[in-house]
This record gives sequence, C-alpha cells and structure tokens, in this order.
Amino acid sequence: MTSGPAIEAADLTRTFGAFVAVDHITFDVKPGEVFGFLGANGAGKTTAIRMLTGLLAPTGGTARVAGHDVYTESEAIKRDIGYMSQRFSLYEDLTVWENIRLYGGIYDLPPKEIRKRAEAMLARLGLEHARSQPVRLLPLGWRQKLALSVALVHRPRIVFLDEPTSGVDPVTRRQFWELIYETAAGGTTVLVTTHYMDEAEYCDRISIMVAGRIGAMGAPGALKKDFSVPSIDELFVRMARPTEARS
Amino acid sequence: MSALRGLLRKEVYHILRDRRTLVVIVMLPVVQVILFGSAIRTDVRHVRLAVVDPGPDHQTIALRHRFAAAGVFTTVAVVARADDLEPLFQSGRAQEAIVFEPGFADDIARGEPARIGVVTDAVEPNTASLLQAYALGVIQSFERDLSRQSRPARSIAIVPQVRLRFNPTRESSHLFVPGLMAFVLTIISSLMTAISLAREKETGTLEALLVSPLRPWQIVVGKVAPYVGIGFVSVLLILAEARLVFGVPLRGSLTLLLAEGLLFILVSLSLGILISSRTASQRVAMLGALVGTMLPNLLLSGFIFPLDSMPTPLRWISNVVPARWFVSIARSIMLKGVGLDYVWRQTLVLAGFTLLLLAASIRSFKARLE
Repeated sequence: MTSGPAIEAADLTRTFGAFVAVDHITFDVKPGEVFGFLGANGAGKTTAIRMLTGLLAPTGGTARVAGHDVYTESEAIKRDIGYMSQRFSLYEDLTVWENIRLYGGIYDLPPKEIRKRAEAMLARLGLEHARSQPVRLLPLGWRQKLALSVALVHRPRIVFLDEPTSGVDPVTRRQFWELIYETAAGGTTVLVTTHYMDEAEYCDRISIMVAGRIGAMGAPGALKKDFSVPSIDELFVRMARPTEARS
Repeated sequence: MSALRGLLRKEVYHILRDRRTLVVIVMLPVVQVILFGSAIRTDVRHVRLAVVDPGPDHQTIALRHRFAAAGVFTTVAVVARADDLEPLFQSGRAQEAIVFEPGFADDIARGEPARIGVVTDAVEPNTASLLQAYALGVIQSFERDLSRQSRPARSIAIVPQVRLRFNPTRESSHLFVPGLMAFVLTIISSLMTAISLAREKETGTLEALLVSPLRPWQIVVGKVAPYVGIGFVSVLLILAEARLVFGVPLRGSLTLLLAEGLLFILVSLSLGILISSRTASQRVAMLGALVGTMLPNLLLSGFIFPLDSMPTPLRWISNVVPARWFVSIARSIMLKGVGLDYVWRQTLVLAGFTLLLLAASIRSFKARLE
C-alpha cells in the first residue's frame, strides 16, 4: 500500500484530432475521499474517467491511480479499481447470484471467497430473497445498489462511478448516496461524476469541468463562499455561461 | 483461468436463456436442409473441356475444332488415354471431356457408327445437364454437316455415349449441402457473435469487462467459444440430416471436413467481431452482418449461382468471400472424396483469411484502449 494521493493527475490531456477533450487538468484525490466530477455533457468528464481507468491512453500529462502510472501500469490499475457506469454493467438475463459470481471470477477471487462475499453482500443489501432472480426483474433502485456492490466485490482501493444516479428517483438517489458514504467510510476512494447539483453538495470536494478544463475545484462550502453564490447549482450555471458565449 | 471459465459459463447462460434465439439457431440448419432440397437453375460459359484422343485423325481434329469454335468451351487438355482424365476431374481442371476411340475417321469413312464418349462432372447437377446438352449439340451439328457433305450422300452416324461423374443420379441435394453448411455457420458465427457483442456494448457490460483485469483475448475467447461449439454441432446436424433424408454421401474424410469447418467458423467469428467493433447497436450489427457476410456467402460462394457462369468482375470479387473457398473445399471432400492433397490450396487461402481476420478483430478490440 502506498500512502499519498489515491489519484493524482498533472496536466492530463487528451485530444481527438484537433479537438481537445481534456485540456491540461491537474488534481489530486485523497484516500477515502468522495470526489465529485461535475460538468455539462461533453465537458470532458467521461474522457477523463476513461483515461484514469485505463480505457483510453492520454495524449499528454501524467497521472497515477492507486500509485500506478496510467501509461505503463494500466494492468495494475485495473486490479485496484472498481467501475460502475450509468448503465449499471449487470447482465440482465443472469441472476443476482450469477452476476456476483461472474464479476468475482473476473477479478480472480477464489470460489469460496466469492461465496462468502456474495452472502455478505446479499445480507447487507437485503436481497437474499432475490438471489436466483434474473436482474432484469429487480426494481431499478435495487439494481443500482447491486451494481455498486458488484463493482466493489474485489475490494478496490478506488471506485469510479460514472453518472450512477441518472434516471433514478430522488428517494432512491438519497439511499444510493448513503451507500456511497458507507463505501468511503470503509476506506475506498470514490470518484463520482454527476450532473445533479444537489449531489455535488454531498461530495467532500468537487471539480467543475468546463470545455475540457477544470473551472473550479474545492469543498462545496468553500466554493460557495469564494464565488459568493448561494448554491453549487448557481456556480455551475455561472461557469458554464461564458463558455456558451465563447463558442 | 477461473476468470475465463466464468466468462464462458456466463455466455452459455446467455444463449440458453434466450430461448427464442436458441430455437432459431437449432432449427435453422434442420429446416434449411429441407428447404434447399429443391434445385436452383443457372447458365454456363467457359466450360473447361478435356479431350481424350488416342489416335488423332482428320475427323477427330475437325470435331475438336468444332468444340473450340462453339464459344462455350475452352480446351484445357488433350490426352491420349482415358485414365488420364481422372486427375483432371479430381482437381477440377476439367468439367467435361469428350473421349474418342481409335479409328474415328475410318468408322465414318466406312459408314459405320462412330462412337464418342461425353463425360461430365456432375458435382453441380444443373450445370452438368447444361454442359451435356451443349456437348451433344456440337456433336449433332457436326454429324449433320458430315452427312450433308458426303458424296455420295448417305447418313453418317456418330453415337455419343454420355456419362456423369461423381453424382450420377444428379440430385441437387448433394450439391447444396456444403453451401448450406457455409450459410448456417455464417449465421451462427458472424451474425450471433456480432449481435451478442453489440448487445454487451449497448448494455454497458462490455465496458465493465474492459476496465477489469481481463485481457482482450480472454474477453474475445470467452465471447466466441460457445458459438464455435454451436457451429460444430450444427455441421454435424446438417451432415447427419443430409445423409438420412437425402442420402447425400460423405466420400472423403469426416475429420478433414470438420477441421475445415472449424477454420471457416473461425473466419466467420472474426468477421462478426470486426463488424460489432465498428457498430454501436444490435440493430446496426445485425444489418452489417447480413450485408457483410450473409449476402456474399449466399450469392458469391457458388452455393446458389455457379461461379463458372458469373461475369469476370463478380468472379474476381468472389475470391475475397471466405465462404467461396469453404464451399469449394467441402464439395470436393464430400462429393469427390478427395483429400488434403487436392484441397490444400483452398485450405491455405482459408487459413490466410482466418489469420488475417482474427488478427484484425483482436486489434479492433484493442484499439478501444488507445
């Protein structure tokens, strides 16, 4: 275990031809932190996450995830991170149990360990009754919680959540955030992207991306004070406007 | 390795739980065998003609010129003994042969019936009956002209003896089985693979696999291996049904045929992966697979339309359709009973395609990571 930041990026850049999707972003995420990545659609959030998870090679800058270099140690990164996208990444025609077993196996957990963790997970989620139900039949909220738990089955040091709450009702979202807090309390670093501004208030720190750059970064409370705005929502709109005018 | 096993199991579950698709996959070969049991018609040009002329004289030469002038035939070989025909047919260099007997001109001069043999390769039955009719037409017009020119006028008789090789009963079912195998394997391998990979893209599960420590090759193998199994089973199904229902023989080695089948399955799978890597949704992947693999395999493989009667550009294009090579190999093995020494060239081409497409598909998979 290396001490130091869970994620550190310096001048991280990704271009697609002439288009600069991510433009020299620099940030650190501390272990156990819930770090929010905010930004309008197309601001570069997803590209940034794809670089940090080893799905996409950067074109410039440096980044270390869980102490591993994104250029040379992407295989090591993959073992140390979990990932959940807005589409939940579960196989809908497989049962709850089969999904857990599949992802446990993918991360090379021994069968006995998978069984143990799966039982614990089902008990924690209160899903024991549904273990042999196809995921397709689960209500959306349950599916979402299961997806997060499955993304954590190999106990990663960092978990990336890419818009995990889009299309979910407010009550379910609140419950989901409780699960995120539990995860962070257990020592797992959480990097979450969202475009719900109320969720930004739940994060320890946030960064707002505008046109590939980080427009503002800090704790939500401090940001509101610095920019003298009543809410993150207000700040977000203020940051996004000038870009619209420029383009 | 347990990761890969888990992937394989998951894929098998996908297939088993999608009942409707499973029924289609299993029933498809069975139904197609029945459907394609009836024939398909065609027209022929560039007939490769061999001539057996043990004692050339002015009449055999004249008749040979007739054949050359008919516009349909291309003389590929002139041999002295009938035994020399066999290798020409086996290798496919000749499709039809005229066999003279010694003393052809003498028989005609004496006014006795002159005998001539017409041997036709009947691996493609419809083509064969056309070829036979063409050859008989040339011989009859030669006979008519001789009778008209003879002084004093008398009737000259040339007696053709026709024979069909390989498929003497001329049943189309013998011909359609290899083509059908290619067709069914394409559906299972290319179409199903493309759709199931595109589905994982759509549902976002592919992304989850890609961020996992799984290697690209593991993801690909885990994805396609079950379809290799299904493809294999359907080849066996088709062969068994063809034999039981239509009495189609398997003259060559079953092992060789299955090995070639495996090669073709790999080609088709690679194509399926390639198609799905270039498409974003199941619907587009399905269209891509239909247009990119099934149509060429149906139209340009020699399954329905003989390659011999195709315009040159199409024939040229057919060379890059892997099914064309598989169909040719499977026909040779099943109906002619030849071994690897006769089909090694086609096999080499097919193996080349396999390597090329497999590499390309793995690359296209890795390209996502750049």
